[in-house]
Amino acid sequence: MAHSQSAEPTRRDFLYVATAAVGSLGAAATLIPLIDQMNPSADVLALASIEIDLAPIQPGQSVVFTWRSHPLFVRRRTPEEITAAKAVKVEDLLDPVARNGSLPDNAPATDENRTKPREGAAKPEWLVTVGVCTHLGCTPEASTERSRQGDYGGWLCHCHGSQYDVAGRVRVGPAPRNLDVPIFTYLSDTRIRVG
Amino acid sequence: MRSPSYVPKYGISRWLDSRLPFLRFTQEHVASYPTPRNLNIWYTFGAILSFCLIVQIVTGIVLAMHYTPDSRLAFDSVEHIMRDVNAGWLLRYLHSNGASMFFLAVYIHMFRGLYYGSHKAPREMIWILGVVLYVLMMATAFLGYTLPWGQMSFWGATVITNFFSAFDSLIPGLGTAIVTWLWGGFGVDNATLHRFFSLHYLLPFVIAGVVVLHIWALHVPGNNNPLGIDVKGPQDTVSFHPYYTVKDLFFLSCFVILYAYLVFFNPNLLGHPINYAPANPIQTPEDIVPEWYFLPFYAILRSIPNKLIGVLALFASLITLLFVSWLDTSRVRSARFRPVYKQFFWILVVDVIILGYVGSQPVDASLFNTPIPLVWLGRIGTLYYFLHFWVITPLVGLIETPKPLPDSIAKSVLATPAE
Repeated sequence: MAHSQSAEPTRRDFLYVATAAVGSLGAAATLIPLIDQMNPSADVLALASIEIDLAPIQPGQSVVFTWRSHPLFVRRRTPEEITAAKAVKVEDLLDPVARNGSLPDNAPATDENRTKPREGAAKPEWLVTVGVCTHLGCTPEASTERSRQGDYGGWLCHCHGSQYDVAGRVRVGPAPRNLDVPIFTYLSDTRIRVG
Repeated sequence: MRSPSYVPKYGISRWLDSRLPFLRFTQEHVASYPTPRNLNIWYTFGAILSFCLIVQIVTGIVLAMHYTPDSRLAFDSVEHIMRDVNAGWLLRYLHSNGASMFFLAVYIHMFRGLYYGSHKAPREMIWILGVVLYVLMMATAFLGYTLPWGQMSFWGATVITNFFSAFDSLIPGLGTAIVTWLWGGFGVDNATLHRFFSLHYLLPFVIAGVVVLHIWALHVPGNNNPLGIDVKGPQDTVSFHPYYTVKDLFFLSCFVILYAYLVFFNPNLLGHPINYAPANPIQTPEDIVPEWYFLPFYAILRSIPNKLIGVLALFASLITLLFVSWLDTSRVRSARFRPVYKQFFWILVVDVIILGYVGSQPVDASLFNTPIPLVWLGRIGTLYYFLHFWVITPLVGLIETPKPLPDSIAKSVLATPAE
């Protein structure tokens, strides 16, 4: 016992520490597959894109599609709604960033940037966003002429009261971010591909 | 406090006693376990909670024999249980209402602990294990509510799992990574349902294990009692059996009458009709309301307009409970002798009920017919909840003059003290 009480580490101390270190590394490594199995599997990761025919959508209408198991909003905006959306100053927004997959991360949340497709010019009549409230994931309800939802003419989330304007930008919390704009392309004037 | 020791009477019990002293353990910790002689009705909820856990495990195991945790089949398999399985409706209603009865009992049990100071030294560990049990119960109930795969199941699961996405505002991407990992996809889907079923089956057995620790920790210092004073000798106690087995059974019977009323006469009283509509990932119901036992916490979440802070406040309201043993600075345990604390205790009870009411109402509701938005009531209630534990409880303990404590349990219980 005299050996183990001396200040100088012995061969045995070294073996204990080395064994414990290798053993715990091995134990930690076995956790990797156990944890990783919960991440999305290959079939879930296989991405999908959809094509949408815009022709039947009337001005003032907001239609919900399904894309990557989430709701997708396609809204045909009226001239008044476009004017109202363009009049908003970016400095007044809760989230001043465009959140458009086709644009850099720091692009300002102007109305043009919110409607921008991957290629070509934005068509202000059409707004495409992911229909998932950025607070806790509910589907917000669109405001129409017949039933107003919230004070900004866009969407109201009934779960916790977040409000979005006609460009899908958050105006009243608790949602922290604007609705996401997915990457989309105009295939013709009345047809888009999302994803 | 020593229990009368166990003397095996027969050859077979002597044989067993020297190999596995099971009967000795039962004798010392159940049959002749010395228990304060003044325990009242509020002390029967420990036994009632054990009953609830057993009912949930037994009905749950048989329900799992008929349920299918696949997003295409789950809803129909629950309807199959309701319509085709022999007594399936009874088992499912026992299980779903059993969860509500379980929470009713645990809330009474917790408030009893706060009232009589059962969380204070030397019983801190019992209280902490109790908080752990409560959080495990909440997790189990949430996972179980997802399984029928109705509209409220689906959207409840979406909202609760999205709590973790709030961490995106600390480290961008972290919250999304956690939520994607929890879901096993880009939204609540088949993979989510499978893992929720697996964990819903696991957690009750974890709860059972922690219950053993909870009772172990209880049997080290022994029971607290409504006077909050220590047991001073055998004259202050009676044996657990038959005195408290009979008392527990009597109040358990009363409790079961209420349970039976819910199951047989009003089985959907505490549920939501919208959960009888199959889950639809592109349509959120008008109002997402959690089960009644989560409402006060839901009100705390909704009262804060910032996502991260709202979620942190919700977690903090639970974590606060872990510190109650030390936040209470008074050396007197029972609120019977604490005139000031007693008032604040009842204000806390009312506060939690108000928070529950706020949580049950739509997010843009106002107070009755006044123009006052209900969310402000929720904010005051949330603020008061934290004030109670972190400011009022420590201060009251320092400034309050408690009433004189009785000499002993026996003297206060008996007109002529037993000698």
